[in-house]
Amino acid sequence: MTSVDLSNGPKSVPTPIIGTHAGLDSELEEKISVRNVNFYYGDNRALKSISVPLYSQRVTAFIGPSGCGKSTLLRILNRIYDLYPNQRAEGEVLLDGDNILDPAQDLNLLRARVGMVFQKPTPFPMSIYENIAFGIRLYDSLSKSELDGRVESALKRAALWTEVKDKLHANGLSLSGGQQQRLCIARTVAVQPEVILLDEPCSALDPISTAKIEELIEELKTDYAIAIVTHNMQQAARVSDYTAFMYLGELVEFDTTSKMFTSPVDTRTQDYITGRFG
Amino acid sequence: MMDHTHKAFDTDLQDLARMVAEMGGLAEQQISDAADALDRRDLTVAQRVIVGDARIDALQRELESKSVLTIARRQPMAVDLREVVGAMRIANDLERIGDLAKNIAKRVVVLDHEFRAQQVMRGVQHMTELVLSQIKDVLDAYARRDLAKAVTVWKADEEVDAVNNSLFRELLTYMMEDPRNIGICIHLLFCAKNIERMGDHATNIAETVYYMIEGRPLVDERPKNDTTSSTVVPFDA
Repeated sequence: MTSVDLSNGPKSVPTPIIGTHAGLDSELEEKISVRNVNFYYGDNRALKSISVPLYSQRVTAFIGPSGCGKSTLLRILNRIYDLYPNQRAEGEVLLDGDNILDPAQDLNLLRARVGMVFQKPTPFPMSIYENIAFGIRLYDSLSKSELDGRVESALKRAALWTEVKDKLHANGLSLSGGQQQRLCIARTVAVQPEVILLDEPCSALDPISTAKIEELIEELKTDYAIAIVTHNMQQAARVSDYTAFMYLGELVEFDTTSKMFTSPVDTRTQDYITGRFG
Repeated sequence: MMDHTHKAFDTDLQDLARMVAEMGGLAEQQISDAADALDRRDLTVAQRVIVGDARIDALQRELESKSVLTIARRQPMAVDLREVVGAMRIANDLERIGDLAKNIAKRVVVLDHEFRAQQVMRGVQHMTELVLSQIKDVLDAYARRDLAKAVTVWKADEEVDAVNNSLFRELLTYMMEDPRNIGICIHLLFCAKNIERMGDHATNIAETVYYMIEGRPLVDERPKNDTTSSTVVPFDA
């Protein structure tokens, strides 16, 4: 199913423009369906009736000016916001059809299935090996050799293996910024998630490291549904298959990236991506 | 439309549009001069057209390098991207139009024949007027981003084709009447074909203007009436 049901949204929120891509790609599987989600920081409604799909084996980019709610939306998808008081989400976020906003949802399991990488690389202050093994041990009890294999394959998946294979026991913090970020991606991949959320993963990196991460995203999407929040319009255009433009807590437009960056429908989308505001 | 946060980006785009307009003005002048030179067999004017083409070529190269630089420097998106790509495409068409006008002027130089068929010359003049007005309209549509006008130009190529068809048949007849007419008639045939091709470039530009405004190609059945490719005049006619 590729269409998005927006009919239940409150009247105060204008209906976003959802592209007519439905049916064009019959292989699409909707891994996550965000349905009519509202989000509150205390009394402040930061997201207004958001409905958007995340497809398996596709990269969906979220763009919009600061404060538009794109990171907030990402934080809902693995319920990271639950760590903070006075923050709550309403509506439904279906992961393979099950509502992850259900209070009965096992959060540890959810976060294993929906991994997240942040803007600033956040390696643990331990060895490169332990950075990866730590997460795996939380979910699986493996023999030493099995664990070694998982660490190696995660580092290979994150295109970091050749650079660190001779210093696996060096501190993760001794790596360069770009390497640290790939270590964080390796750590995420190691627990074998189904969805990867990237919150401005390249904003602290130089162009070469950025290109490596982008290449990695292209690789990873064969196995995962990926959502990326980025302020870099060209990056969104390069790496994503679908793009959602958000503004003031609303989803303004969602369509294939090729359509969004050549002929968007809403003038706010157009003005934003062409550098006329924001 | 709102201005860009980077004011220099607006200036880049305005420069491209201004260069297209300048090329368009030069192309119009070249067409009307070439037709005038043909009509009056005026070698001075013909020579001026031949030399004048270099200015259009130079502008096209300038516009192209400015477009490439704008893409590299600004990474335009959406309407801006279509604007840059559109300017490059229109400049190509205008440059070709300039070449065709130059080709007519070159033929004037070799037309030393006495042959003057008033009707043929009137036909050529009429075609020139039609094509000139199409080019003027399509450049207007570009300058004002006028979708309706672009579509009108796109659909209006039929009349040019009709005049071209009748000229074709007429010139064939003259050639059969007297083989000494063949040389000049072939030249005139090419002049007519050149003008007809200019009309085709005008419809190309109309398609580009449509794409720039709408963000999708103009796909529809365009009325076409060029039958010269399949016209046969039997010898015993």
